This record gives sequence, structure tokens and C-alpha cells, in this order.
Amino acid sequence: MTTTTPDVLDAKIPLGPIEDKWDNHKFSIHLVNPANKRKYDIIVIGTGLAGASAAASLAELGYNVSAFTYHDSPRRAHSISAQGGINAAKNYPNDGDSIRRLFYDTVKGGDFRSREANVYRLAQVADEIIDQSTAQGVPFAREYGGLLDNRSFGGAQVSRTFYARGQTGQQLLLGAYQALARQVGLGSVQLYNRCEMLEVVLKDGRAVGVVVRDLITGEISSHSAHAVVLATGGYANAYFLSTNAMACNVTAAWRAHRKGAFFANPCFTQIHPTCIPASDEHQSKLTLMSESLRNDGRIWVPKQRDDPRPPNDIPAEDRDYYLERIYPAFGNLVPRDVASRAAMRMIDEELGVGPLKNGVYLDFHTAIERLGKETIEERYGNLFEMYERITDENPYQVPMRIYPAPHYTMGGLWVDYNLETTVPGLYAIGEANFSDHGANRLGASALMQGLADGYFVLPYTIGDYLSAWLNTTPVPTGDPVFREAEATVADRSKRFLDIGGTRSVDWFHRELGKILIEHCGMSRSRPGLEKALSEIPALRTEFWSDLRVLGDDMSVNQSLERAGRVADFFELAELMCVDALEREESCGAHFRVEHETEDGEALRDDADFSFVSSWQWTGEGSASKLHKEELGFEEVELSQRSYK
Amino acid sequence: MDVTLRVWRQKKPGADGSFRTYHVQDVSPDASFLEMLDDVNEGLNGQGEEPIAFDSDCREGICGMCGLMINGLAHGPQRGTATCQLHMRKFSDGDTITIEPWRAEAFPVIQDLIVDRSPMDRIIEAGGYITAPTGSAPDANTLPVPKQAADAAFDAAACIGCGACVAACPNSAANLFTGAKISHLGLLPQGQAERWTRAMAMVERMEDFFGSCTNFGECETACPKSISINVIAWMNGDYVKAQFKNPAKTGRNNL
Repeated sequence: MTTTTPDVLDAKIPLGPIEDKWDNHKFSIHLVNPANKRKYDIIVIGTGLAGASAAASLAELGYNVSAFTYHDSPRRAHSISAQGGINAAKNYPNDGDSIRRLFYDTVKGGDFRSREANVYRLAQVADEIIDQSTAQGVPFAREYGGLLDNRSFGGAQVSRTFYARGQTGQQLLLGAYQALARQVGLGSVQLYNRCEMLEVVLKDGRAVGVVVRDLITGEISSHSAHAVVLATGGYANAYFLSTNAMACNVTAAWRAHRKGAFFANPCFTQIHPTCIPASDEHQSKLTLMSESLRNDGRIWVPKQRDDPRPPNDIPAEDRDYYLERIYPAFGNLVPRDVASRAAMRMIDEELGVGPLKNGVYLDFHTAIERLGKETIEERYGNLFEMYERITDENPYQVPMRIYPAPHYTMGGLWVDYNLETTVPGLYAIGEANFSDHGANRLGASALMQGLADGYFVLPYTIGDYLSAWLNTTPVPTGDPVFREAEATVADRSKRFLDIGGTRSVDWFHRELGKILIEHCGMSRSRPGLEKALSEIPALRTEFWSDLRVLGDDMSVNQSLERAGRVADFFELAELMCVDALEREESCGAHFRVEHETEDGEALRDDADFSFVSSWQWTGEGSASKLHKEELGFEEVELSQRSYK
Repeated sequence: MDVTLRVWRQKKPGADGSFRTYHVQDVSPDASFLEMLDDVNEGLNGQGEEPIAFDSDCREGICGMCGLMINGLAHGPQRGTATCQLHMRKFSDGDTITIEPWRAEAFPVIQDLIVDRSPMDRIIEAGGYITAPTGSAPDANTLPVPKQAADAAFDAAACIGCGACVAACPNSAANLFTGAKISHLGLLPQGQAERWTRAMAMVERMEDFFGSCTNFGECETACPKSISINVIAWMNGDYVKAQFKNPAKTGRNNL
């Protein structure tokens, strides 16, 4: 069902030694001179870390920027929930860190399925992000001497994570938001809040604008520009229960995909090991407990099944600190995919704890004894409070219970080295693209990538495209291409309202999530994926015939908003399963039970699968077409990942 | 547990609204307050009544999107807790719970429990930032920041911009919100260059939209991040000083 045409995908990786590629590229691409920048209009969709930093930086350079968010303010974007930290190879702790080591750790952490040149650039610009955000007033943790503090994160043997208590994402987003607010105040960014992008508009094969819906008045409007940037985040909400915010969705990326932007590695979805286990059927989302907790917390399960004793009464000899036992070198700080699968195995072996037997312990007793309660409170106080609010248990006294939950998506729109999608003039940055994390993202790397793309990569690379359109005006919004896209958006809303069925959007979303997590979650198998591929279309048919959306499309209608998002999740979910089925290997977060080593680790097949799966939309009801971008590894040696 | 809800329903901005009563049965004490509302909405949708519109997003108490007046208290009865982190175990079987949107002239109701909080963005746009264009920053360790100053700045920076302070204030003042940002940036060495202009610009923009502070202190009690009312004192101090400080001498006088 799939054919491959490798020639379609040109990643535009610059020539030269890896250390020089980014410099060489910046030198060789076309520039737009400062006086000409004001002649260009750029649309940025999404104002999280990537979008806000890009919109602010582009406006500072002199471009006319229109930024759109479906929130009431850019400060609400889900980047704000990132807790643990942001990586950079500053080597302030003097523990031997370097750009090369950060690069290597990230490629290895991604299980050798990311693009070397992009990752190296990411490691190179990471230092500047710390400088930039510090200058903005981001209150990173400091030592008494006034200098910046670092901590450790999974998948690394150096301390390179900068942090602001357990609210690093919040502080970095506020930094980017304030930089954006400054530009809004100066009039160089036009900010549209509570506006959701529902179509990308193309003319002659290139992106020329978007159609958005005002979520308060329901008004549908067109906006045109020389280029469009999507900074619209990831799609872990396809699983319904995830750590993502309620509104996180794939719609902008998926609408772009349907217009010709290839979607890469959709099955690479990260299940985060430390989340609060679900308590019942009505749960609306799962809450993450930062990976940083694994710095000081020790993970264990009772050795004996159904041990009736409370955790504090179980003596050390009856506990299995399984990560420390299986992975002595990295212990509790193994990468996320490894930690998640190990927890899943414990629960599959019926060693789970808690009322639903769906958790493992994360215990701070040893750390509190060693460091004192005060230190632990300073490091994780807000996380402990959050845990207590949700579970009504005090983690200073009783071990936390945790379980893996969908959290981040490494897959996303395919982009080249310039972060341009396969649609000319359409860019994707941050979690919305696929480029840097391979098959598994390391902790504290999402903030790094979002800000790298927004502050330091896109503002340069977009000029290469724009320079060709000097002294052209954007396509007028009266053009038939815009009229057509507006009609599509209006018709779709009307279609949802006209179904008049019996079930709510959330019901369908929850059912879809159940199928996905079971068959395309932490472990995948051919029969499971095939089952999912028969169940999802059946459920989607039911969705389109039995959905009930009340109200109208001329005012706030949250069910209508969700209906559009869930409809897109249905199409994406199918592609995720197709992609997972196609990839006959295990790598990183993609674990196919047919491909495991003797001791149950992911077994890669570098000879046959060392490529990016990039999918082309070929129309509704028609199988997507696979294009392969072969991954060349010149700098790192492919090896079986070992954290033992 | 069973509870009775009295919920403010309002079709659109400026329209007349009213309370509607809903009886909710078999609520799990472990459900969050918003999950309980999700359930109510599921039921309403089934009965053909439009679901209650309310804002929420992260449901982890950090995005600031949610915010309800619950029994007359912004974010409900639990101190230091946003609506989304409030759980039903804080209520008792048989309780009647009144749910309203934020009440403030600067926050007009959009629909049901959703309000427009954009004036808070206007305050930040007036000066709630440090001017540091991308690419211009020195190495992060060039400027040491005393840990105590960094910690105090962080305490103020923890504001989530939910607007509970405004909703709780009898005068609908936004002093806690504005003071938190002025303190966050003013406490850091990086923020000194614009300290006086920032305080002037933000306070004046704030007064375009919000009422005046008369030190009731309701804001501190309502704040889901427990931001101290001291930030208001800091802001007032800086605003007064800003009247006679000459920014051209900032480098000599204040660093």
C-alpha cells in the first residue's frame, strides 16, 4: 500500500563539518535587508514558547507580524505547564559537558531516529537561550554566590538542566510572552486572541494565508501574508487522557497536512513515566509530576503481589527498586521511554500499587533523610502540594504513586533544515514539527527546542524564502482561494450542528482515546494495530452520524470547537496506527512487541528503518503515501542504547 | 455525594442572565470541581440543554485560564488553590454550591461563566517586560543575582494572571496582579534600567481599566499562588519614587 519516492524530500542539510553547518548556512542563505523587512507580512499561529518567541523575534527584526491564539492570552499556552527545566551545555557545573555531548545525548536519547544536523544546531543555540531568557528576567534558580544552578535529568550523566523551581515552563513562557507583549504594545505585532485557525490557504502551491474563526462571535475571517508559521504544539490529546491541556489539538497541523504538508513519524508519541494514576472513569486529564523528581525520588514496587501493608511498613528487603536493579548506571534517571516501559511491565506482572493497582511508588524518604525536608521542599514544593491537592495524600510522609501517561509527541509536520514544511512558505516550529527528538525526547529538551526554533532558527531561515517575494503584495483576502477556504470552514461547522445525534463530543473522544492507548500506546503489536485500524473508522462513522452538538455557530460554542478538533484526531489516529504498523522495529517510544531484545528492550533495525516516515495526504478514504527521508549518521555511531 | 448547583447562565455579553439550578447525583469526592461540571455538561447535552460555558485549560493550576466564583469566593474555599485543582472532597453531601463568573467591570461576561480578561494583557503591554531583543543578551552568569533577590522575584513571578485578585476585590482593583509583575522585574538587576518608567506606565495603564486599592487584602486571600500583598507596597513605593526619579541618573543612584 505504500510506495517510496525519496527524491521528494530534500532536507536541505548544509555541507561542511557538523560544527560549521549552521554558520555556513546562515552565511549562504538569502537575507532580507533591515529596510525591506517591513515590507513583509508574516502570520504566526499559536503563541506558546515557539510561537511567542518567533513572533517577538520576527517583529524585533522589523517584519509585520500577525499572531493568533485560541486562548484569551498568549500566557495560557500549554508550554506554561512544563515543570522541570531546560537543557543547555553551558558546563557551569564543570562536569565535562559540551555541545557535542548534548548533541550526542539527544541523538542517543532519541534512539537514533533524528536528524543529526538539526540536533547539533539545537545544542549549539541552547546556550543563547539561557542568556536570552535570563536577560528577560526569567528567575532561574541560583546559588548563594548569585550564579545559576543546574540539576540532572533523565538520559544524561551531566547536570545541564536550568530550572525555575518546578515552574520552568511558566517562567520561560512569561519571558517570551512579555517580549511579545512589548511588540504588541509597540504596534509591530497584531495579536488576535480567542481565534482558532481552521484552514491554511494555498495559491499556486504556496502558503498565502489562513482562515480563522473568532471563538466569541463565530465570525470567520481570512488573513493573508507572505509566509505562515505554525507553532501549534503536539497531539498527545489524541489519547483523550494525557498530560496536555484540555484544548491542545492537532487541527492546525492536520489542516496543513490535508493541504499538502507531509506528516512525519506520527507514531512517535512519548508516554511520560511520572504522572498521577487515573482515579476513575470521569477523569478529564492526567497530571504530570516532573521528571526532575527522579533526581531524588526512588521508584519501587513491593516484591510480593498484593502486599497488604502500607508502603512505609514494607521493609527495604521486600521492596524492588527495579530501575536501580536493572539499570545500575543510570538508575532512576533512565530516559522516559525506558522508565515507562519498566513501570508497565511491573503493573503487567500485577505488582502495581494503589486502589486500582495502577501505580508504582516514587519515594522520597531516603532523600529527605539525606537532605532534610527543607531542601526537598525548596526543590519540589509546588509539585508536592499539587500531588496532595489531587490525591489527598502527603508525599513528604507517604510515597507518591505514579504511572505513565501520554505527554509529548515527537512526530509532527515534516520540515527541512529551514523548518519549512513541504508546502513552500509554510513553516512549523516547536512541538508541531518532528525534527529534533527522534523516537524519544529527553527531559528538559522541549523548552530548549521550542525556544531554539522561535528565537534563533526561524527568524533567520524564513528570510531565505521571503527574499524571493520582495516588493510583492500578499494575495488579497478577496481572492477566490480565500472565499473557498472560508466556505469550507463554515460548511464544516454547519455539518457538525446538523448531525443531531445522541452522543457528546467528549464521549467519542474518550472512546477514541481508549482504542489508541490500548493499541498504539506504550506497546504495539501487528494484531493490535490492525484491530485499531478497523475500530477507528467504525467509530468515526458513528461520530459523523450520531454526534450531538447543540447551540449555533454565531457565539461561544465549546462543543462545536471540540467537535472540529476531535474530527481531526480521528484522521490522525488512523495515520498513527498506519505508521506504527509500517515501522517493523522498536525504537525509543515506539515499542513493537515483535521486536525486542532478550531482556525486553527496544530492538532497532537500522538496516531497514533508519529513516523518517513522512506521510502525504492523498484524499479522504485514500491510503496515505509514505515518503522516506533516509537518516545519515556521520557523527555518532549507531549502537544499542544501553543505560545499564 | 449529591450536590445542588446554582449556576449563572448568560447567553451573550450585555444580555440578561439568571441562576439556574441543577441537581447533581453520585459525585465522586475524588473528582475535581471542573470534572464535576464536565459531568453536568454531559448530562445537559443528553437532555438537549446547551452545556454551561466555562474556561479551563491546563487543569494543573498554572495556566490561569480557569476561575469561578464558588459560594462567593474566587476559586472556592481552598486557600492557594485554583478552581481546576479544587476537588469535591472539599464539599459535603447535600451542599448547595453557587457558581458565578468573575464579577468586575473590567471583566465583562462573554457567556455563562466566561469573562474577558484582556485588560490584564494591556497592563503587561504597557511595560511589564525587560527590553532585551533576541540576540542581544550577555552570558547569563555575567550578572550575578543574589539568591534572596532571585527567590523574592520568583515569588512575585509565580502569578498566573487568572484575575482572582480582581474578582475578590470590593473595588475590582488589579493591584496584586500589577504589583506582582512590577516587583518581579524590579527586584532583579536586569530590570533596573526600566524600573521607574515601567512602574509609571503599568500603574497608569492599570488605572484606565481597574478600580483603586483600599487595602482590604481580599486579593492575597484569593490568590491561587498565595502572592503576598507586599508586592502592592513595593509597587506603590516604586510608583511614588518614579515621580521624582530621573531615569537618566538610574545608573548612578539605584544599582
